[in-house]
Amino acid sequence: MSLINRDTTLRWIELFAAQMDEHRQELIRLDTAIGDGDHGTNMNRGMQKVLEKLQAAEQADPSAVLKTVAMALISSVGGAAGPLYGTLFLQLGTALAGHAEVDLPTYAAAWRTSVEGVQARGKAQPGDKTMVDALLPAVAALEQASDLNTGLRAAADAAEQGMLATIPLIARKGRASYLGERSADHQDPGSTSTYYLFESAATAFTS
Amino acid sequence: MKKLINEPDDVVADALRGIEAAHGDRVRVTFDPYTIVRLDAPVKGKVGLVSGGGSGHEPLHGGFVGPGMLDAACPGEVFTSPTPDQMLEATKAVDGGAGVVHIVKNYTGDVLNFEMAAELAKADGIEVDTILTNDDVAVEDSLYTAGRRGVGVTVLVEKIAGAAADAGKSLQEVTEVGRRVNAAGRTMGMALTPCITPASGEPSFELDENEVEIGIGIHGEPGRFREQIGPASQIAERLMTPILEDLPFSSGDSVLAFVNGMGGTPLIELYIVYAEVAKIAAAHGLKIERNLVGNYITSLEMQGCSITLLRLDDELTRYWDAPVNTPALRWGA
Repeated sequence: MSLINRDTTLRWIELFAAQMDEHRQELIRLDTAIGDGDHGTNMNRGMQKVLEKLQAAEQADPSAVLKTVAMALISSVGGAAGPLYGTLFLQLGTALAGHAEVDLPTYAAAWRTSVEGVQARGKAQPGDKTMVDALLPAVAALEQASDLNTGLRAAADAAEQGMLATIPLIARKGRASYLGERSADHQDPGSTSTYYLFESAATAFTS
Repeated sequence: MKKLINEPDDVVADALRGIEAAHGDRVRVTFDPYTIVRLDAPVKGKVGLVSGGGSGHEPLHGGFVGPGMLDAACPGEVFTSPTPDQMLEATKAVDGGAGVVHIVKNYTGDVLNFEMAAELAKADGIEVDTILTNDDVAVEDSLYTAGRRGVGVTVLVEKIAGAAADAGKSLQEVTEVGRRVNAAGRTMGMALTPCITPASGEPSFELDENEVEIGIGIHGEPGRFREQIGPASQIAERLMTPILEDLPFSSGDSVLAFVNGMGGTPLIELYIVYAEVAKIAAAHGLKIERNLVGNYITSLEMQGCSITLLRLDDELTRYWDAPVNTPALRWGA
C-alpha cells in the first residue's frame, strides 16, 4: 500500500538524511575525484539542519514539509548543491500546495515542475554529467507508471541507471567541467545523491 | 593530517573569532549567518561592495574589508560557496542608498547562490549589480564548461572597484570599472603539492614527489596537466606564455604583475618567480608599472603560485594607487 501524505513525506526526508549520513564518505570520494570534495559534507550538514527545522515546528501537509526542507537547504548547504536541491524541494512543495494526500499523476506533474526549476537554475542539459542525468529519467519513469507503488520503484531504478550512465560522460557543468576529458570514468556525485533521494522515496512511500 | 585547528567542523567559526579579536577595531563579525562587515557600514551615498566565497583562500575576501576596498565579505565553509541568506544580510548591512555590487568568482556554486541573493535583495528594494571574475586561462572557455574560473584578478577587481566606489562613482560606473579590470586581466596557477581540507582529511589530488600540476584552481582542483618539475624559470614560462597569448598582451603595454602564493610557498620562492616574470615581461616589451607579491588568494596549505597580469591604463593605475586600509592590503592610509 503506497500513500503520500505528511507523515510519509517526513519519513522520506528522514530516510534521505540517514542516507546522506551513511554515504557521506562515498560522496566525498566521488567529488574529490572530479570536483572539490565537499558534496558529502555539505549534503550531510544540510540534511541535519533540515531535521532540526522539521522538529522545531509542525508542518500541516507535504507541501509545508518540502518548503521547510528547501529553505533549510538553501541557507545551510552552499556550493552548487544548496541552490539546486533548494530549488528542487521548493518547486516540488509549491506544486503540491493544498494536497493533504497526493496521487500519482499529481506527484509526477509536481516532479516535472521541479526538474524544470532545477534546469532553469543550473542551466544543465541531459548528458552534462550532473544531477539532471538521474532526475530526468526518474521523473519520466514516474510519468509512465500506472500505480504509485511500481512508479516509485521504477523511478529509483531509473535514477540509478542515470547515475551509472554518468560514468563515461565528460562533464560540461560545475567544477568537474574544468577537467575536460579527465572527468570521464568517474561517477557524478550530484547524480549519486539524487539517486539516494529516489531510493529513499521508494522505501518511505511504499513500506 | 596535521593542522592547527580545534575541531574540523569549527574551522570557519574559530577563524572568524580570531578575525574579530584581531580586527574588531575596524570590522564587525557576525556568526549567524557568517559575515565580516566594515565597522562604519553603511557608508551613506557610497556604492557598497560585497564579495564572498568559500573559506580557505585567506586573506581573500575577509582580509580585504575596509576603506578603499570591500564593505563586506561572506565566508562560506572551506571551499564551499556561502549561502544566499548570508549574502542578503551583508548586502543590507552595506547599502548606503547608492546600490550594492556583488563581486563573484565564476564557480557554479558562487554564481547560483549570489544569483538567489541578488533576487532576494532586489525584492527588498536594494539595487544590485554583479561583477563576475573569470580570468583563469587554464580553463578552456566554451559552451562545454562552466566557463573560466575567477582567480587572481579578483583581488585586483576588489581593490580597483573599491577605489572607484570610494571616489563616489555610481553603481553603474563601479560595476563597469570592475568588469574592465576582469576583462584586462589573465591568470594561470600551478601547484607543487595538493591541499587537504579539514573536513575530508585527504589530499585533494595525488602528485608524485617530482611532479608539478599546471593550471590548478584554488580549491584543490587538479589542473590541466602535470609534468616533471623544472627550474622556476621554466615554470614561470609555462604560466606566462598562455597568459601573454590569451589577452593578448602586446609590446608597449603597461601592466600590473601579481605573483600570488597558494599558501604553502615561502616568499623567497615567490620573489624568484617574480624575477622570472619581470624578465619574460621585459623580453615581450611589457612595462611593469605596478606589482604585488605575496599570499593574497590562497588554497589552504597548497605549495605553488599563480601569476596574474593586468593591462593598466591611467584610470586603473590611479585607482590602484588610491588609499586602502584593510587588514591584508594597506597603503596611503
